[in-house]
Amino acid sequence: MPETAGQTFIHTPTPGLPEFDYIKPASLTAASQFLAEHAGEARPFMGGTDVFVRMRDGFWTEKYIVNVKGLDGMNDVTFDPTTGLTIGASVNMNRLIASLEVKEHYPLLAEAAHTVASYQLRTRATLVGNICNASPAGDTIGACMVLDGTLHIHGVDGMRKEPLSTFFVGPGQTVLKPGDIATAITFPIPPAGYAAKYIKLGRNAIGDLAIVGVTALGFPDRGAPSGYRVRLALASVAPIPLVPTQAEAILAEKPITEATINEAAQAAMDASTPIDDVRGSARYRKLMVKNLTRRAVTQVWEQIRE
Amino acid sequence: MAFHRITLTVNGEIELVDVPSNMTLLQLLRDKLVLTGTKNGCAAGECGACTVILDGEPVNSCMVLAAECDGAQVITVEGLAHDGTLDPVQETIIEQGGVQCGFCTPGILISARALLDRNVDPSDYEIRDALVGNLCRCTGYLRIIDAVREAASRAS
Repeated sequence: MPETAGQTFIHTPTPGLPEFDYIKPASLTAASQFLAEHAGEARPFMGGTDVFVRMRDGFWTEKYIVNVKGLDGMNDVTFDPTTGLTIGASVNMNRLIASLEVKEHYPLLAEAAHTVASYQLRTRATLVGNICNASPAGDTIGACMVLDGTLHIHGVDGMRKEPLSTFFVGPGQTVLKPGDIATAITFPIPPAGYAAKYIKLGRNAIGDLAIVGVTALGFPDRGAPSGYRVRLALASVAPIPLVPTQAEAILAEKPITEATINEAAQAAMDASTPIDDVRGSARYRKLMVKNLTRRAVTQVWEQIRE
Repeated sequence: MAFHRITLTVNGEIELVDVPSNMTLLQLLRDKLVLTGTKNGCAAGECGACTVILDGEPVNSCMVLAAECDGAQVITVEGLAHDGTLDPVQETIIEQGGVQCGFCTPGILISARALLDRNVDPSDYEIRDALVGNLCRCTGYLRIIDAVREAASRAS
C-alpha cells in the first residue's frame, strides 16, 4: 500500500489488464519475425483502443503484445500531387484530421475520422488500426474504400500491397497472416470533380458506434453511360464493410434522376445483410440503408452534376 | 511477466519507476504514484474519467500502457493548479456549479484545459465535441459547458 508523508491511503487497486509481456522491437524486420515465431500468442498494436478492450474482456489472451508504433516512417503523413497521399500506420486520428493535405484533398477521411469516439480516444486511435480491426462498423473503412486505398504490409517476406477490396474476410478477420504489420495506407489522387459524403447513424449525434454508415463518392466519368460514377460503401450492415455493386452499376448506367437514386438505394438495401443487436434491429438497419444511401447519393449528386 | 524501467515527467516531477507489462498509465498514476485525482470509470476508453494530458494531448490513460510512457510528459488534474492558484477551468466549474458527485470532474477539467490549449475561442459546438468523451451522470452538462465558455472568455 502506498504511503505518502506518513499517511497510509486505503486504496483499492485499479482493475487492469490480464498478464502479458510487452515487446517493443527495434525494427520492422524484428517485429515481423517475432510475430511470426509466436503465431497465435503475439499480437501487434497501434493505439490499442480495440486490443486492450478485447484483452480486458477476456476475448483475447495473447502472451505477447507487440508495440509496432513509429517503426520505419510509420509516423508520417505525406502528400505528392502526382502519386497521392500516404498515411503512416502510427498516425493518430487527430493528426489525420488536422493535416492540411487531408483537409484540402481528402476531406472525407477527416470527416469520417471525426465521427470516431471522442477526441481523447482519437489521440490513440489510428486509421490503419481501424482498418485492421476489421469491424463491420468501422467508421473510416468506407472512406478508405471509396478513395481506393491500398494497405502496405510488412511481412516475413518483406513488403507487399493489399487492396482493401479483398482485405476483409469476416468480422474482425482479414487476409493478414502472422508476422504481417500494416505500415501505411496510400490513396491515389481522387477523381477530378469528385464529391463525397459519410452519413453515420448513431444513437446520439456524436461519439457512438454506427448503427448504419453510408459512404458515397461520386465523380463525372465520360466512360460511364450516365456520365457519372458513384462509389458506395456500407458500414454495420454485413459481416464485412460492404460495397453494394448493383447500386453502383445502376448509378453508372442510367441517367441520374430521383428515380435512379431511389432504385440504387433499394439495391443497396437489398445487398445488405445486417444482424439484430443492441444498437438496432436488422429490419431497421435495412430501411436506414435505403434512406441514408438515397440521402448520401443525392447530396453528392447535387455537388457533382454539371 | 516482464518489468520495464521507465522515466517520465508527471506534473513537472521526474519519476523513475519499474512497471509490469500489463500496467496501464492509469494504474501507474493511481496505484504507484498515488495521484488518485485521475479516476477509473469504465477502463475501456468510453467514459473519460481517466483523461490525462500525455505529451500535450488528452488521452484516456486506461488505454495507454505505462511501459509505452518512457520519456513522456504527463499532466494530471493535480497538475492544473499552479502556486495555489486554480486553473481558470477549475475556477469557472466551481462558480458555475458544474460539479455534483465530482467523479467525472478531473477528466472534464483535463479535456477542457486541452481544448483551450488548442483553441482559445471555441464555439459551443466545439466545446461539446471536445467533451463527448467525458460522461457525466449528474449535471446534465449545461453548467459544464457554461464553465468552459466562461474560462475561454476570461483567458481572451
